[in-house]
Amino acid sequence: CMTPAKDQFQEELVIRPLHSGDIYASFQFRTLWDTDFLQEGQKKVSHYRLFPKSLGQVLSKFSVQELHISFTQGFWRTMQWGQPFIPSPPGAELWVWFHHTVSDVDGNWKELTNVLSGIFCASLNFIDMTNTVQPSASFKPLGLGNATDHRFLRYATLPREIVCTENLTPWKKLLPCGSKAGLAVLMKSEKLFHSSFHSQAVHIRPICQDEQCTSKAWELRQTLNVVFDHYTSGQGKKEWSLFKMFSRTLTEACPLASSSKVYVDITDNPELFELSPATPLLSQAVVLGDRRTYSVYDLTRAETFGQLRSFNLLLRWKGDNMLRPLLHAERYVAGFGLQTGEIHTVIYNNHPYRAFPVLLMDSVPWYLQLYIHTLTVTSKSRDNKPSYIHYQPAKDRHRPHLLEMLIQLPPHSMTEVTVQFERALLKWTEYTPDPNHGFYVGSSVISALVPSMVAMSTNFTQDQPLFSSFVPVKEESSYFVRVYTEPLLVNLPTPDFSMPYNVICLTCTVVAVGYGSFYNLLTRTFQVDEPSPPLAKRLANFIRRIRGVPLLA
Amino acid sequence: MRIFAFIHLLVSIPHGYSNYVETKAGQFFSSGHTNNWAVLVCTSRFWFNYRHVANTLSVYRSVKRLGIPDSHIVLMLADDMACNYRNPKPATVFSHKNMELNVYGDDVEVDYRGYEVTVENFLRVLTGRLPPSTPRSKRLLSDDRSNILIYLTGHGGNGFLKFQDSEEISNMELADAFEQMWQKRRYNELLFIIDTCQGASMYERFYSPNLMALASSQVGEDSLSHQPDLAIGVHLMDKYTFYLLEFLEEVHPASQANMNDLFKVCPQSQCVSTPGHRTDLFQRDPGSVLITDFFGSVRKVEITKDTINLTSPVDRKKYITGFLCCQTNL
Repeated sequence: CMTPAKDQFQEELVIRPLHSGDIYASFQFRTLWDTDFLQEGQKKVSHYRLFPKSLGQVLSKFSVQELHISFTQGFWRTMQWGQPFIPSPPGAELWVWFHHTVSDVDGNWKELTNVLSGIFCASLNFIDMTNTVQPSASFKPLGLGNATDHRFLRYATLPREIVCTENLTPWKKLLPCGSKAGLAVLMKSEKLFHSSFHSQAVHIRPICQDEQCTSKAWELRQTLNVVFDHYTSGQGKKEWSLFKMFSRTLTEACPLASSSKVYVDITDNPELFELSPATPLLSQAVVLGDRRTYSVYDLTRAETFGQLRSFNLLLRWKGDNMLRPLLHAERYVAGFGLQTGEIHTVIYNNHPYRAFPVLLMDSVPWYLQLYIHTLTVTSKSRDNKPSYIHYQPAKDRHRPHLLEMLIQLPPHSMTEVTVQFERALLKWTEYTPDPNHGFYVGSSVISALVPSMVAMSTNFTQDQPLFSSFVPVKEESSYFVRVYTEPLLVNLPTPDFSMPYNVICLTCTVVAVGYGSFYNLLTRTFQVDEPSPPLAKRLANFIRRIRGVPLLA
Repeated sequence: MRIFAFIHLLVSIPHGYSNYVETKAGQFFSSGHTNNWAVLVCTSRFWFNYRHVANTLSVYRSVKRLGIPDSHIVLMLADDMACNYRNPKPATVFSHKNMELNVYGDDVEVDYRGYEVTVENFLRVLTGRLPPSTPRSKRLLSDDRSNILIYLTGHGGNGFLKFQDSEEISNMELADAFEQMWQKRRYNELLFIIDTCQGASMYERFYSPNLMALASSQVGEDSLSHQPDLAIGVHLMDKYTFYLLEFLEEVHPASQANMNDLFKVCPQSQCVSTPGHRTDLFQRDPGSVLITDFFGSVRKVEITKDTINLTSPVDRKKYITGFLCCQTNL
């Protein structure tokens, strides 16, 4: 007989004060599902306990190996806020690794996007062949699987996609405790969307349950990252509390969670800010190449909530501090007019003496026709030849451009990648209802292994905090980072849509007037018409007719 | 329970009460629908059309409050107002100035949004001709026992309704779509409400049975918006839907308000335009149609543990034919 699945649920909230006075909160909810239905001969799974049934059915129906979907409002400002725990581009991003037994990957991809659009109330059904690419090197699996054949990978972004309460509602319903207990009670849409950055994501991957990998499990991570701006949400004061951020305090942990913790990053305490209530529980973690110290509040213990049965943190700022991230990037469109333009991507390496390679992936829609012969990569005003280039040209109305390059960044330098493009003229039915807004180009993705200042731990520990265990660490001296650039908004030559109506009216008028006149000229005959004579003359003519005498004129 | 308790009393109480019981039982079986659906569409894009989204969301809110679940509501919003960058209070859509009522709420599920709200998608939802990969939440899975509420709002004219400033649906197309729905047995009764300028022109061409229609203005008249909010900077709602929302806030699931009350909503003194309605294609008398037959999801189920003896075989047949009458009503 089968042993029941041992599901496990952990929830965690990390609060990181940012040097500019803003505050970054990152929620992670992780469900481990002890089953492996991708194995041959495994019976169909029908019992779901903590893992949501809608996602479980999606995984088994479409033979999904890994699924990552994120919805983001706002742009992550790396220069002011540092690196996020889980990066994401503006709009919606979906990338999926399918199992190697799938025969029709494109068909599965199309159906999967439709099903996900129903689950998350988003227009993911707009993902089709014209905006899907198969990156060859950039999106390697984050979970188990020695998948190296990129034919089973699909990646698409929808930079225009809006995130609002209608996307948060089904996301919250996937959690075991819903939004009724635990950390999810803090998720009130009126506060979450009144922020500088809001990103919610779902990541599903298979992982090993132990060091020797004797048993596998499915891991579902639901993450929500939000940055509150001290000007808009903070009323200008550099002082934060849970109540001020979320308009709620915590009253209990989720009863189904095996661990429920709140971490506050106090590495810059006491110079930068002060924290209350103080706690003796401290934890150190090496995350994003830096050793940080955290105050830990365990919500499964009753004393965290104190006398009032409610837990509220308070952080007050004291000074300012500069933060320089090692890697960040920007992108913009140069040029003028509606015919040509140039895309510039600028990547900064702020490490004082180490050079490292980065993998740049660009996916440009077909209506911006790239001229790859104008591609230049310059660092410190010298040509920098990439060591690996994978380019797939676009096919009109069929697939987008895909450009992947491995570029070595010299230390303490700025690297600029430029490529010229020409704007295409779309067919008049292909324009959106608001074409004067412009057309979006998805963010570029820069993936890199950045040298770490502190040695990272490659040991496998079951009770690592969730925020440090998202990306598997393969070597000690570097950590994996993914930086997204801004999306671009490009104006295409837009026709005047009232012109067909104007043309028809004008043409018909001209034809009517011209043809009418011509026809009249040819076929009209003139007859002289006598005016009727006065009464006396008519009477006289009548009498003359009777008499038989010629009539008067 | 009340009705069957009355029938139970018949055994011991003289025949005089039986007429009352029979009318109550007749009313119980009169409607003939078993489930409710709602299709709520806002067809306007751009920030200055905030009021159309607020209109649709207020009907959505009333319909959810009276019992129709999200799985039976197809909500189509052509633009996002709540999380629009121009909205000074994100994740909210207000229906009343001074920001009294947030009709967007915390538990909203929008099925079609943004560019997906097109004439083609709307007609496909109504007729059920959707691609096989369409998820359930985007389908109108009604059957011949469903009462459907269809609400449209946006900018319209004499005989057409504008979708997203780039295409139109004409009243003939809408009438044909309803006829397709009738022939495919996709509805039992249908209530059509439209809040646009010259809205009455949209229901002029209907020809399928069991349709009742309401519009906010007659042909040649404009429907007006209600009041602007100075903090948000746009008009928040249209007059007709504002008074409709006020009326619906008084309705609760057990309410006995009927369609004649709905026809009286927003007379010309309040609305400036003259609301119109059309009931000639509808079988039942509007006075006997409850508001909750369309706006709510009142289940006609009573559970009892006792056996009920109906008085005589003749009376029982009358109840059953009363129930079957609507099924043979073709």
